[in-house]
Amino acid sequence: MPKTEAKISGARLMVELLEEYGVDIVFGYPGGAILPFYDELYKSTKIKHILVRHEQGAIHMAEGYARSTGKLGVCIATSGPGATNLVTGLTDAKLDSVPILAITGQVATNAIGTDAFQEADIYGITIPITKYNALIKSADDIARHFQEATLVALGGRPGPVLLDFPKDVQTELTSVRKVDKLKIDSRHYQKPPIGGDLDSFAAALNKAKRPLLYVGGGAINANASKEIREMAEKGNIPVTTTLMGIGAFPGTHQLSVGMLGMHGTAYANKAVLECDYILNLGARFDDRVAKPGEFAENAVRAHIDIDTAEFNKRVSVDYLLHGDLKEVLKALIPKVNKVDRPEWVGFLDTLKKNHPLEFDDTTDTIKPQGFLQKLYEKSKGKAIVSTDVGQHQMWAAQYYLFEEANRWLTSGGLGTMGYGLPAAIGAKFGNPNKTVICVSGDGSIQMNIQELATIAMYKKGVKILIFNNNFLGMVRQWQELFYEERFSESEWNYNPDFVKLGEAYSIKGLRISNKSEIDKALEFFLEDDDARILEVMIPAEEKVFPMIPAGKSQKDMIEFSDTVRAGKK
Amino acid sequence: MKHILKILVNNHPGVMSHVSGLFTRRSYNIDSIAVGMTQDPEISNMVIVVKGDDSVVEQVKRQLLKLPDVIEVEDLAYHDCISRELVLVVVKVEDSNRTEIISICEVFQAKIADLTKTTMTIEFSGNTRQVEHFMEMMQKYGIQEIARTGQIALKYRST
Ligand SMILES: Cc1ncc(C[n+]2csc(CCOP(=O)(O)OP(=O)(O)O)c2C)c(N)n1
Repeated sequence: MPKTEAKISGARLMVELLEEYGVDIVFGYPGGAILPFYDELYKSTKIKHILVRHEQGAIHMAEGYARSTGKLGVCIATSGPGATNLVTGLTDAKLDSVPILAITGQVATNAIGTDAFQEADIYGITIPITKYNALIKSADDIARHFQEATLVALGGRPGPVLLDFPKDVQTELTSVRKVDKLKIDSRHYQKPPIGGDLDSFAAALNKAKRPLLYVGGGAINANASKEIREMAEKGNIPVTTTLMGIGAFPGTHQLSVGMLGMHGTAYANKAVLECDYILNLGARFDDRVAKPGEFAENAVRAHIDIDTAEFNKRVSVDYLLHGDLKEVLKALIPKVNKVDRPEWVGFLDTLKKNHPLEFDDTTDTIKPQGFLQKLYEKSKGKAIVSTDVGQHQMWAAQYYLFEEANRWLTSGGLGTMGYGLPAAIGAKFGNPNKTVICVSGDGSIQMNIQELATIAMYKKGVKILIFNNNFLGMVRQWQELFYEERFSESEWNYNPDFVKLGEAYSIKGLRISNKSEIDKALEFFLEDDDARILEVMIPAEEKVFPMIPAGKSQKDMIEFSDTVRAGKK
Repeated sequence: MKHILKILVNNHPGVMSHVSGLFTRRSYNIDSIAVGMTQDPEISNMVIVVKGDDSVVEQVKRQLLKLPDVIEVEDLAYHDCISRELVLVVVKVEDSNRTEIISICEVFQAKIADLTKTTMTIEFSGNTRQVEHFMEMMQKYGIQEIARTGQIALKYRST
C-alpha cells in the first residue's frame, strides 16, 4: 500500500476518513474502549457528534437520518454493552436495507478473547445482521476496511456495516491512508448490468389487460419514483405500495391504490386478486403481503430487483429482470405500450368508492383515523413522519398520504418498537427545515423515551404524537380477534403523565380526549418549529381494518363493514 | 437431490462463520463441509455438500454470493467431478477375523494405519458411494470410532 510521510494514530485516521467521505454528523455514546476516537472527534471541526441517551437511540437516529436524506448514517458506541445495544438497530437496518456505518470500540487486541472488562464479540454477534463487518487488527488496515465498509453499505441493496475498532489500534500509528487493492469484489458496490430479457419482459406486460405495479422499499433506495410514475402513466397501470414503498408513488395520484398487505386498503388487496399481471418493483413478497402459492395466483408475476436472492425466494415469478431499478425502468419504459385502460382503471375507481378505508366516526371520543386525516390536512401532507410499531403505525400508513419518497420512516421488516422517536430526531437533524412528526403509542414511546433529553439538549423541534389507549393496542387487537379476548399482559393502567414528562425536559405538551379539541390541539402541535408532545386519548377497542389474518391470503381479508354486519365492530 | 458447492472465499478468520452461519440461519441442511487452502494462500476453497431441490440450492448460491468474502460459487454436478472423502475408522478385531478384515481392506485398497491386539485403525478414501460401501462392510466387525473429513471435489478436465 502507498505510504504518506507522516504517521498519525488510527483514531485520527478514522476521523479524517469520515471527514473526507463527507460525513458531517454522527450519533453516539462514549465509553472506555472508544476514548481515543472520541478524543479525535473532539478536535474535528467538520463532524458534529450528537450525544444520545442510549446506543439504540443512536443507531435509530442514524437510520432516520439515512432514510430521510439518502446519505450514509453513522453511529458510534463503545465496546461490550455499548456495542450490544446496537444489535436491534443493525437488525432493523438489515431488514429494511438502510445504509448504516457503526463504529464500535473494542478492548485491546491482546485482551480479545479473554473475557476482558466490557468485552463482547460484536464481530461474531453481528455476522448475521450486517452486510459487512470487520474487526480491525492493525491501523494499517483502517483505510481499506473503511472504504470497503462504506462501499458495501451504500452499494447494491444498501445495508448496515460494522467496524470493530480495538483501543490499541486506535492509538497505533500508521501512514497507510490510501488503498491500492480492495479485498471485496466490485459486484458488492458497483451497479450491476441489466440482467434478463427486456423484450420478452415488456411483451408480457404489454399483453396484460389488468396489470398492477407492486412497489417496495427498493424503489426508494433506487430513487426510481420518477420512472415508476412515468411507466404507470404511460401504460395506465395502477400502483400499490408496500409499507416500505410508501412515498415511492404519490399517494394522491389517480392511479394509486394505496398500501397492500395485512393492513392494506381493501381496494389494493382486491386489485391483487383481480389483476392478470403483477410487477414487483423492489419489494420482497414479504409474508405480511404475500402468501406463497396464493399470492396473485391468477396473474402473470414479474419481478425487478437488485438482489438476485429475492427472485423466487417466497413466491415464484414468471419474468424477472436484475439490476438497479432506476436503470432497468429507464430501459423498459420505451418498450412499454402507451395504452388507456378505461375498464381496469374504472373498475379500481369503483372499488375505491365501494370499499373505502372506514371507521365509526359517530362518537365524541377521538378516533385515531379521523385524527390522522386532520393531521394530514393541517400539515398539508408535507411532513416527514416516523412511527413506532402497532396500530398507530398502520393507521398512519393508511391515513397519511405521501407525495414524495423519503418522508415515511417506519420499521417495516423487524417491526421495532422504540424506532419512532430516535428516527424522527435523526430525520430532523438531516432536514432542519421540514416538519418532522413521530407517531407513537403509549407502549412504543416508552421504549426509547429517554431520547427526549436529546431533543431538549439540541433544541430539535420534533413533534411527538402519542395515541394513548392504555394498552399494547395491536397485541390487544390480536387477542380480541384470535384469543377470545384474553388480554394477557397487554393492558396496563399505568402510564406516566406524558405532558408533565415533556415539561421535565422543557418540551411543551397537551393532552386531549374529546373530538371537539382536535383543531386547537393541532394548531398547538404545529404552530411553530419547537418540539411538542401531543397525547391523544383513544378508545382501547378501536381496531385496524382491513385486516388479513396472519398466514392467510388476500381472499380472507376482513373489512370494517364485515365487522359491522357481524355486529362486532 | 445432493449438490456439491465449490466456494472460493477470502482466506481469513471469520469467513467460515459467515458461511456456515448463513446455512444455520436459513436452515439449509449441510451434509458435509470441508475447507482448505488453494494455490493462492489468500484464497480458500470450501466444498459444501447440501441436500435440496434445485430452487433451494439456487437460493443458497445467491445468498452466498451476497457475502463480501465469497469470491465464487460453483454448483458441481455429481457426474462431472472427482470427489473424495477420507475416513479413519477403528474396528474391533479378534484373532478369528483379523485376516478376513485385512483381505477386505485389500479389495478396497484401504490402508491399515494402526493395529492392536483388539483393534484395527483403517484409512480409506473414495467417493461417497465407495465410502458408504466400505463403512457398511466394516459395520459387522463393530465400529468403535470414526473420523471423516467431508467431501472435497474438483471438476474433470476436458483437455
Ligand atoms: C421491541 C418490540 N417488542 C414487542 C413487540 C410486539 N408488539 C407489536 S405491536 C405491540 C403493541 C404496541 O403498542 P403501542 O406502542 O401502545 O401501540 P398501539 O398498537 O397501541 O398503537 C407490541 C407489543 C414489538 N413489535 N417490538
